[in-house]
Amino acid sequence: MTKAPILSVDGLRVTFRARGRTVTALRDVGFSLQAGKTLALVGESGSGKSVTSLALLGLLPPNGAVAGGNAFYRSRNGETVDLAGLSARAFRKIRGREIAMIFQEPMSSLNPLFSIGEQIGEMLDLHEDLDAATRRRRIVEMLELVEIPAAASRLSSYPHELSGGMRQRVMIALALVCAPQLLIADEPTTALDVTVQAQILELMRRLQREMGMSILFITHDMGVVAEMADDVAVMYAGAVVEEAGVGELFAAPAHPYTRGLLASIPRPDRPEGERLKAIPGAVPPLFALPRGCAFAPRCSFALPACQRRVLLMEVAARHRAACIRAQEVLADA
Amino acid sequence: MLSSVADPAPAMLKYVLNRLVGMVVVLFLVLTITFVIVRVAPGDPAALMLGPDATPQDAAQLRAELGLDQPILVQFGKFLLSAVQGDLGQSLFFRRPVLSVLAERAEPTTFLALFSLIFSIAIAVPIGIFVAYRRGGLADQGAVSTAMLAASVPSFWTGLVLQRWLATGLGWFPASGYGGPSSTFLDRMGYLILPSIVLGIVNSALILRFTRASMLDVLGEDYIRTARSKGMSEARVVLKHALKNAAIPIVTVVGLTFALLVSGAVVTERVFNIPGMGSLVVGAVLRRDYPIIQGTLIVVAALYILINLLVDLLYLLIDKRVRY
Ligand SMILES: Nc1ncnc2c1ncn2[C@@H]1O[C@H](COP(=O)(O)OP(=O)(O)O)[C@@H](O)[C@H]1O
Ligand SMILES: [Mg+2]
Repeated sequence: MTKAPILSVDGLRVTFRARGRTVTALRDVGFSLQAGKTLALVGESGSGKSVTSLALLGLLPPNGAVAGGNAFYRSRNGETVDLAGLSARAFRKIRGREIAMIFQEPMSSLNPLFSIGEQIGEMLDLHEDLDAATRRRRIVEMLELVEIPAAASRLSSYPHELSGGMRQRVMIALALVCAPQLLIADEPTTALDVTVQAQILELMRRLQREMGMSILFITHDMGVVAEMADDVAVMYAGAVVEEAGVGELFAAPAHPYTRGLLASIPRPDRPEGERLKAIPGAVPPLFALPRGCAFAPRCSFALPACQRRVLLMEVAARHRAACIRAQEVLADA
Repeated sequence: MLSSVADPAPAMLKYVLNRLVGMVVVLFLVLTITFVIVRVAPGDPAALMLGPDATPQDAAQLRAELGLDQPILVQFGKFLLSAVQGDLGQSLFFRRPVLSVLAERAEPTTFLALFSLIFSIAIAVPIGIFVAYRRGGLADQGAVSTAMLAASVPSFWTGLVLQRWLATGLGWFPASGYGGPSSTFLDRMGYLILPSIVLGIVNSALILRFTRASMLDVLGEDYIRTARSKGMSEARVVLKHALKNAAIPIVTVVGLTFALLVSGAVVTERVFNIPGMGSLVVGAVLRRDYPIIQGTLIVVAALYILINLLVDLLYLLIDKRVRY
């Protein structure tokens, strides 16, 4: 942690208005992403990963709003901007050029009525001023970079003519064509089958080595985390409950929830026949969260004191957890 | 835009030819149906033409002259044969070829339909887009309820009210008619402004509701979020990425409103006393002028088929996934 992080989120809160009620989807999200590194944001479905990513780019649906916290982003020219309170106009300068995003659904994330070339070209048109030949060359180069075969002949293809894996490659090409500093990838391989998933992950690692961008990688898959991430932030019910380097987290989780997550992934090195341990109970709905630690009702370490607010605290070097018994959990590993 | 597809021209041509063959079949059916409807309708046209004082002999002679005494299949064969030669028969009332009578009345109706279509698209599409973007807002609620009201008020009533208020009252428009024999083209078009608005109101309501619903659907799509994530203006998100996707249902409903225009023109021409095809056909029905009724139906059907073809061709231009 010598350099300042490129993205530093603290206490981020997001609320939604739904049927006259206000629900808090993000209660307390905090993490920091080092320049050139990959931070995995991991958590069960519904824990608020997508909402976090959308909030960072100002893309929340109309009924959602950032209700507190900061997200300091260090832009290319060295300025620090708070993404948590940015105007629509200021976001337009950030999106695509500084921070780009790829989404979970490669099937529906590309506009069906515009060709691949038009959609990637539009990104260039928005942020750079290129002559026609350079523009075309940049699009073809980018498609080659994401390993689309016969790239030049693909410019006039439409999304429906491509497979899911190819579409996700196009999405990546689109996101990276203006060489953003930060790529937010929201479950980019969840909708793809396993072999394609491995190819896309490999591609993203290679592109990161070559282009040097930072990646906020969102996933619910601990296996993918192990493969992709330098650091990990674990989310539970709208809050980050643990943040650590990937090695530290896998070796010694400090939050009982993380521990449960890790125990529930199948691993070939486990003795044959050892049962996977599922976490008992279910994620509580957002409108019925318990006081204090939201995980306490499912937690074997829970104490009465867990009903008080628990903050993310340093438990070891480069390792933070939101659990009052973190030291015991660590020692128990 | 078409040049980006491999080579769509032959496929497109084949498609259009196929459609034209289909159109011929449909036209034949239309001819058959109009023929049958007109023959089974009650009342003897010869007697009607001659009036109450005519003798049965006079009537029989006229029937022979008109060919109405021949076997029905012979009548049908002759009818088809002349129809393909562009001869839709003689008007019983005007005693002139049907097509020339129709041609005389075509100008006001054509421009009435055209202006009202332009008016309704110009009003409804932008408002539909805007209120979909601001869904649930005051403008949205206002537009939706106004559209519902407009669609449920009969156009003769709207016509009479606007005629009273804007023409007779404020004098902004001529109240009725289509100018004298010496009036210029522009003068005549001036007579059509208010009727076009009246006729356009009902269609506006329909187009507005479709535009809004279609835009609402599209604005919730993932690719709209992708478009926003690229850093473009909201106007560009809505008018480029969303509108193109919403266009197919909008084009469809605009095509469908043509059917409403036909019935609307009949009413509107009556209210504003415009000598168009609408008032022609009303008169023809009252006088049992079968050839005119028949001719009008055929022309309208042919136009309808043509508009459907245009709509389908527009689909192909908008969406490359549509198969020929
Ligand atoms: N448009 C919305 N309106 C209301 N609530 C929402 C909306 N979008 C998300 N939420 C709430 O936020 C929670 C987190 O969603 P999300 O971030 O999509 O989870 P995930 O971690 O699976 O990506 C959801 O469980 C839902 O209750
Ligand atoms: Mg998600």
